[in-house]
Amino acid sequence: MSQQTIDFTLNGVPTRVSVPVQMSALEMIRNVAGLTGTKYGCGEGECGACTILLDGVSLNSCLLFAVECDGRQVTTVEGLADDPLGRRIEKAFVDAGAVQCGFCTPGMVVQARQLLERTPHPSREEIQRGIEGNLCRCTGYVKIIDAIEAASKE
Amino acid sequence: MTALDNYIAPTSLEQAVVQLQELGEVTILAGGTDLMPQSHAGRVKFKRTLMNIRRIPELRGIAREGDEIRIGALTTISEMMAHPLVREHLPLLVSAGDHFASDQIRNAGTVGGNICNASPAGDTLVPLMVLGASVELASKPDDTLFRRSMPLPEFFVGPGKTRLAPAELLTAVRVPIPPKGFVARFHKFGTRPALDISAISIGVAGVLKDGKFSQVRVAFGAVAPTPVCGCATEEALEGKKLDAATIAAAAKAAQDEVHPISDVRASAWYRKEMIHNMTKRILEDVSANH
Repeated sequence: MSQQTIDFTLNGVPTRVSVPVQMSALEMIRNVAGLTGTKYGCGEGECGACTILLDGVSLNSCLLFAVECDGRQVTTVEGLADDPLGRRIEKAFVDAGAVQCGFCTPGMVVQARQLLERTPHPSREEIQRGIEGNLCRCTGYVKIIDAIEAASKE
Repeated sequence: MTALDNYIAPTSLEQAVVQLQELGEVTILAGGTDLMPQSHAGRVKFKRTLMNIRRIPELRGIAREGDEIRIGALTTISEMMAHPLVREHLPLLVSAGDHFASDQIRNAGTVGGNICNASPAGDTLVPLMVLGASVELASKPDDTLFRRSMPLPEFFVGPGKTRLAPAELLTAVRVPIPPKGFVARFHKFGTRPALDISAISIGVAGVLKDGKFSQVRVAFGAVAPTPVCGCATEEALEGKKLDAATIAAAAKAAQDEVHPISDVRASAWYRKEMIHNMTKRILEDVSANH
């Protein structure tokens, strides 16, 4: 199996890893870099639990080849603890009770970060459209949308 | 069967086409949104070399060149939707992009990848076809860079199959700037708006002048092994006034000319019904709003 060494920034920290060429960024983040906040849900881009930011843009890390991270900035949910907007969203999720089982939460928070950066004051419909790539199997969407709305008003 | 044992990330088009010519057995990686799940599911087998083309600047960007807009193959769906030239001249691509998968996938998936993937349900294909798009291909069989272009409908051969030669790279899609009076619609029908593969899709475009519809282009997605032109429907509309009789005849022509299959997303019967009803609805909308 062909290995490739890549250098990238993971939540602000310069990182070098060696990965099999066909490995996904999700597997790399969880199993090589050891950050398990990013979740494996479906593995085919349907559920959004694995959402990360690559150079500040949200993607499904399960659909991203780890080698594509070479030379780029990767931000996971752990990295949002150092980010004012990320912290605001996390607090709003806690305050609104937007977390049920919690499995979709990291992806929801990262995607909410993307949404509010692009559209700082979204309507509820824009919030719904913004998170349409994120599934909550507990179906707790109303409180998730409440939380994102609250974060946008702070 | 040789396993994947080589990874390359060329940084120029020249380098990429030379390597494609020399190495032969190459899988191309762009956004990865289809390659990753398809390879995991075993539907696509990696060739010996994985070539990541995302470091090639010539494949990026959107620009006006004469009477055309050139959209680089690596343009993501999100970048396409946000670009001022696309918003001004090709709003159909903005509305079509809005129904493409999810935000995360639009941020990663590329226009070139959607074309080369050649899914009969590919969400940019029908809109690009009715806009009269052509693809731009490059290779380097000898000492000189060889470029050719091809109207988009000719590019598709079957599901996942195109006329791209093994050592060739799709570099861009070119879309003519629509004439005055141009109207275009794209409708995708599936069970949910986000992340769904279309059961059917329809694109209609043409020029409305003095109440008459001309230079008509119609295309259908997910009703054949490739996206297809609706030639009989075009004929039923060309040069006509969009009145109730013309619309009814066009919807009937559309229903009669498609030959879909039944699969998990819809039955053949249902697809034909939907093609009829949606074609009618689109044309009524065009007629009412112009």
